[in-house]
Amino acid sequence: MSTRTRALTPALTAAAALLATLAVAAALLALGGYPPGDAFAALFRGAFGTWDRFVSFTLVRATPLLLTGLAVALAFKARVWNIGAEGQLHAGALAAVAVAVALPGAPGFLVIPATLLAAAAAGALWASAPAAMKTGMGVGEVITTLLMNFVALFMAQFLVQGPLRESRGVFNQTDEIPPAAHLPDLVPGTRLHLGFLIGILIAIALWLYLTRTPGGFRLRAVGASPQAAEVSGRFRAQPVVWLAFLASGAIAGLAGGVQVAGVTHRMYEGLSPGWGYTAIAVALLARLNPLAVVVTAIVFGALSAGGGAMQRDAGVPEVWVRGIEALVILAVLTVDRSWQALASRGSRG
Amino acid sequence: MAEFGALSSSFLVAAVGLGVPLALAALGETVSERAGVINIGLEGSVIWGALGGALGALALGPYGGLAAGALAGGLAALVFAAFAVWLNTDQIITGTAVTIGSLGFTGAVFQSRFGATGLALELPTVPAWEVPVLARIPVVGPAFFDQAVTAYLAYLLVPVLGWFLFRTRRGLSLRAVGESPEAANAAGVPVVRTRMLAVVFAGLTAGLAGAHLSLVHTGTFAENMSAGKGFIAIAVVVLGRWNPKGVVAAALFFGGAEALQFALQAVDADLPYPLFLALPYVLSLAALAGWFGRSRAPEGLASAWPRG
Repeated sequence: MSTRTRALTPALTAAAALLATLAVAAALLALGGYPPGDAFAALFRGAFGTWDRFVSFTLVRATPLLLTGLAVALAFKARVWNIGAEGQLHAGALAAVAVAVALPGAPGFLVIPATLLAAAAAGALWASAPAAMKTGMGVGEVITTLLMNFVALFMAQFLVQGPLRESRGVFNQTDEIPPAAHLPDLVPGTRLHLGFLIGILIAIALWLYLTRTPGGFRLRAVGASPQAAEVSGRFRAQPVVWLAFLASGAIAGLAGGVQVAGVTHRMYEGLSPGWGYTAIAVALLARLNPLAVVVTAIVFGALSAGGGAMQRDAGVPEVWVRGIEALVILAVLTVDRSWQALASRGSRG
Repeated sequence: MAEFGALSSSFLVAAVGLGVPLALAALGETVSERAGVINIGLEGSVIWGALGGALGALALGPYGGLAAGALAGGLAALVFAAFAVWLNTDQIITGTAVTIGSLGFTGAVFQSRFGATGLALELPTVPAWEVPVLARIPVVGPAFFDQAVTAYLAYLLVPVLGWFLFRTRRGLSLRAVGESPEAANAAGVPVVRTRMLAVVFAGLTAGLAGAHLSLVHTGTFAENMSAGKGFIAIAVVVLGRWNPKGVVAAALFFGGAEALQFALQAVDADLPYPLFLALPYVLSLAALAGWFGRSRAPEGLASAWPRG
């Protein structure tokens, strides 16, 4: 393959995968007795129909996916299979609420950074246990990060039912955080908050780090082949693995903090509809490229925002959106495989 | 004292009832992981099993429902295997997709068949079979030997799988595929076929676990009713150290933690029961960290295998 087609491959993969998804989804919708054209049109209108739909719904819903997607992309880039973004997000959300509620009189320029830093620290802390088990004992992180998700979920349940329960004592949720801790609006007149900009900035920073710095080079080298990186003798893989775990956990924790400070203003059970898992699809569709994660997070945010409209206007149950998400992932995997097969045939021939 | 006996007996009944679906799904997943495939899409097989069980029971009665549930779970696992084993895509990402898609599409099928009204669906349920004599043993008897057929299948699978995995040639080949696909392939073991079959077997038992939820446990179907059971089963396999006997004990332990929640809520609503629910996961992590002796996943777990 020439350099030019190689540079185009990720974009082609995404486009081919989206086309395949549309085709399969249309077939399934028709099979279910829904006119696919109407469903897609309603979904599109719900996500992009008006400026407010796009900014207040699509972009707001893309924000937690953007941050968790970046967390997953960074970890996977270093071949650290962090399936634990969901748990790290919960840890971050809890820490954010705890800190914000504990600082009732503090001004925004103090309490907002404190809240978000606490969220990032909690996410990193949550990721540190699987990191220690991987580097210290050689225990694979797929199962440990998955287990940590459940521990975080029950921990959140325990805290919102007990120690952090609202002072009214009516619902299983925390008190509302003080207004000074609310993230400011990014676009006046919409619900888009500062968290989206934070996500964009982290995406750019990660891209620069990965492509322009020696640290980023080491991380990619470990991701390409931990053994080779170790054998080359230039550096050790373990600190790189630790860094990938902690940074990934911190960004996922930040996602929880941003959601609490920007949207819900409190913590309750079921805060996340599984963003930490959808993030895997977001990162994969972006081929682990941080800048592309911005685009894919918006695509998944649009699916989520358009799902409601699809149900309202075309009568297609919102749960179809989850099915379409799965089709996107499977399509990317398949298209990816086909490229690889073509490339290896090309190089052999 | 009599009251305590009744309480502990009803607790055990609940623990076994809640442990059976976990045991079924985890016993299948043990075989799959022994062949080197971790199926995060197991949750998808469980929810398809619950829905397949419901639809099957309406058409064919409760036992036809159990069979339909197992089949539905097996089909979901076949989709996973087609990608993760045959196309050789990443197991974790593929499994995540299968879980997300299954939760979505079972909801879609359910809503198109029964509407989104939320009216509870009433299903014919699978009755409990009392085993003569054994069911009379105080406390333990009614808990273990007055259960539906799914429980007895789970008991039966323990020795059968133990024999298959550790006493037969095919079991040895399967474990070889899980430890080192390269070596197994060199020895003439068909890696892809072995892994496909192992994954589909896990799908069948996970589907049966799902059918247990709809046809034994609740007598209805609700969206997302699998409630993480497939994920929990993966933790159960870890705590049970990839060994049928250990796995069934771990499933009972997880079932017990869940049953304790209900028992404690009845006694004192203020007890922090989420902590009890978290306990099995913490213990699974401790088991992985080697607190209870050496525990090791199959060497080739989640490893890709290029089709030769």
